[in-house]
Amino acid sequence: MEEIVKVPKQAEKGSGLTFWQRTYVPEIVRGLKLTAAHFFGNLAVHIFHLLGLWTEHRGAATVQYPEEMRGYSSRLRSLHRLTKRADGSPRCVACMMCETICPASCIYIVAAEHPDPNIEKYPESFDIDLGKCVFCGFCVEVCPEDAIRMDTHILDFAAYSREEMIWDIHRLLNNEPRRAEGIGQIRKMK
Amino acid sequence: MPTLTIDGQPITVSKGTTVIQAAEALGIYIPRYCYHPGLSIAGSCRMCLVEIEKAPRLEVACYSQAADGMVVHTITENVRLARRSVLEFLLSNHPLDCPVCDQSGECDLQNYYMEFGLYQSRFLENKIKRRKAYPIGPHVMLDNERCILCSRCVRFCDEVSKSHELGIVNRGERSEIALYEGRELNNAYSGNVIDICPVGALTERDFRFQCRVWYLNRTASICPGCARGCNIEIHYNVLRPYQSKGKRILRIKPRFNPAVNKWWICDEGRYGFRHIDASNRLRECEAQTADGVIPLGMETALKTAAAWIGESIEQHGKDSVGFFLSPELSNEDLYAILKLARHLGISKIDFRNPGEHPGFEDNFLIRGDKNPNRRGCVELGLYHRQRENGGWMAEEIKQGTLRMLVAFLQDLSLEPEFKAALVSLKRLIFVGSNSNATSEQAGLVLPSATYAEKNGSFTNFQGRAQRFERALVPLGDSLPENELIARIAAHFRMPEQPFEREQLLLDLRAEFPFFDQSTLDPPDVELAYQTTIAQREHA
Repeated sequence: MEEIVKVPKQAEKGSGLTFWQRTYVPEIVRGLKLTAAHFFGNLAVHIFHLLGLWTEHRGAATVQYPEEMRGYSSRLRSLHRLTKRADGSPRCVACMMCETICPASCIYIVAAEHPDPNIEKYPESFDIDLGKCVFCGFCVEVCPEDAIRMDTHILDFAAYSREEMIWDIHRLLNNEPRRAEGIGQIRKMK
Repeated sequence: MPTLTIDGQPITVSKGTTVIQAAEALGIYIPRYCYHPGLSIAGSCRMCLVEIEKAPRLEVACYSQAADGMVVHTITENVRLARRSVLEFLLSNHPLDCPVCDQSGECDLQNYYMEFGLYQSRFLENKIKRRKAYPIGPHVMLDNERCILCSRCVRFCDEVSKSHELGIVNRGERSEIALYEGRELNNAYSGNVIDICPVGALTERDFRFQCRVWYLNRTASICPGCARGCNIEIHYNVLRPYQSKGKRILRIKPRFNPAVNKWWICDEGRYGFRHIDASNRLRECEAQTADGVIPLGMETALKTAAAWIGESIEQHGKDSVGFFLSPELSNEDLYAILKLARHLGISKIDFRNPGEHPGFEDNFLIRGDKNPNRRGCVELGLYHRQRENGGWMAEEIKQGTLRMLVAFLQDLSLEPEFKAALVSLKRLIFVGSNSNATSEQAGLVLPSATYAEKNGSFTNFQGRAQRFERALVPLGDSLPENELIARIAAHFRMPEQPFEREQLLLDLRAEFPFFDQSTLDPPDVELAYQTTIAQREHA
């Protein structure tokens, strides 16, 4: 029999507060000092900006999300969309490359026969489980038809249930890109 | 007996052996399209070019005969360059539609191009357009653009199936594979052209767009379609059930066995897997009561079955119970049933198909006897009663001496005599995978697993006992017959151990010397259909 060594399980407590910390008041004053310094500092910077001065120095800003949004980098991987042919049908030929490469196994494609022999194969259904997706972008990289992109700049696709997080082919085809002008620019949402 | 050296390894082969065969014997794989060991040599693809010392230029390995003192190099810079150029020509008019091609993943154009290809295309001309994706028979789809004119399919139809449907028409770059006027590729072995096509020109209609081949799992098995017992591979998709709409088995491919089926299987066997996922599969135990059919738990059902058998033996003697087996059961299943019957003292056992008459037969693979294990039944000594078609049981049921029957798999009512007799049977237990007229009449139905869902062996008509492996989990509550029997036997205080798979096999071989002497073929670990890739890696 192996002897089981018992290790005492005792969480290590913090070293405790100093006397001045325990008196509470000096720490409060210290915190307020920091907040006030930032507040008045930024206030001064923004007043100078209004006067056209000191513009190379950036002041802290608040974005009124979701009424306002900042633009994202064009490289950002955001919500997927399926691109369309000229006639509006999906470019996807259901080759299953994205489904195969997907490390989260969140893409579900069912292939079917297309009446046009030059297209041959099309996706009868194309579901992405966004609850599983890790936004690695491999599906975009691997696609031989440029049929899937992650350039919509949509990041607010939360839902109340797991089922709603599964986007089907119709939703993915109609994801209009929501792109802002430049990085860091703030724009008003309609 | 010439002795030659291939890549530094000496080998002595019989006269007439080609270089490609000699290399294969050494485990050196030479890329090829038109060469197939089961067909005549065409030498048309030029892919198997190798360097032979003292020869002025590269030679095709498939057509060059081994000669004494020959020194062959299969991988030199010249050979690589030649193969790259051959591929460049073969692909000049290839549509490169791999994304929609069912062959991709097991395509030799893809495989060899990854190894030897010129990755940057130099082709500026327009590709020749040809007819795409049209059926040329009940099972085969042809795409002329993808074809590289290796002529394997033409030679198959000329030499193996001898039905001569396909030919190459037109000349030069306009050459293409076509059916002869008014013909259709509908011979009994047409599916094999799909397997031998090294590219995506000939694809399967049944499998079309069902699943990408790299999603398929493969298990070695034996075709249960007839007494030949062709070696097959079951290709199934269980990880992505949504893709094939719930169908688990998607295709059957032949597995090379020189003694049984070589490289081929018939279409009947190739598409004979549909009953496995059919809607009439029995998924749970059922009992017929006054209120109609009710589902039963497995434990209750087995207890009832054991109680019925026990009661009948107790009240009316051992001869009141009969077992009607089936030549579709495996050796192990039959032997397990035999063990139980011996323990209970039951001697009324038969296995012959009711209303049976031999089916289509030819002089190649297809046997008239459509059961995979009749020979096994015979060798297990179940053929001792010289009575026709198991009809003697119907007779005894009518006379009232046989009161209870346990029927396995078969539809007894196919024989009129039995159909009339079944009504007067007191108790009928049906053990089977799919429902039929007999299962509907049975008082108790126990669902059993199909050949793809269990381990076992079939004895083919030549007397080869061939093992098959379990590919799938049995559907619903169903269990392999020998497990059902083992669990019924437990109710008669029989130990479990003699019913275990390996023990069954050991006992079987100890008791019946036939099974000890017959070659109990283990399924190859390396599946034949994957050999191209496996051998390539080896080389």
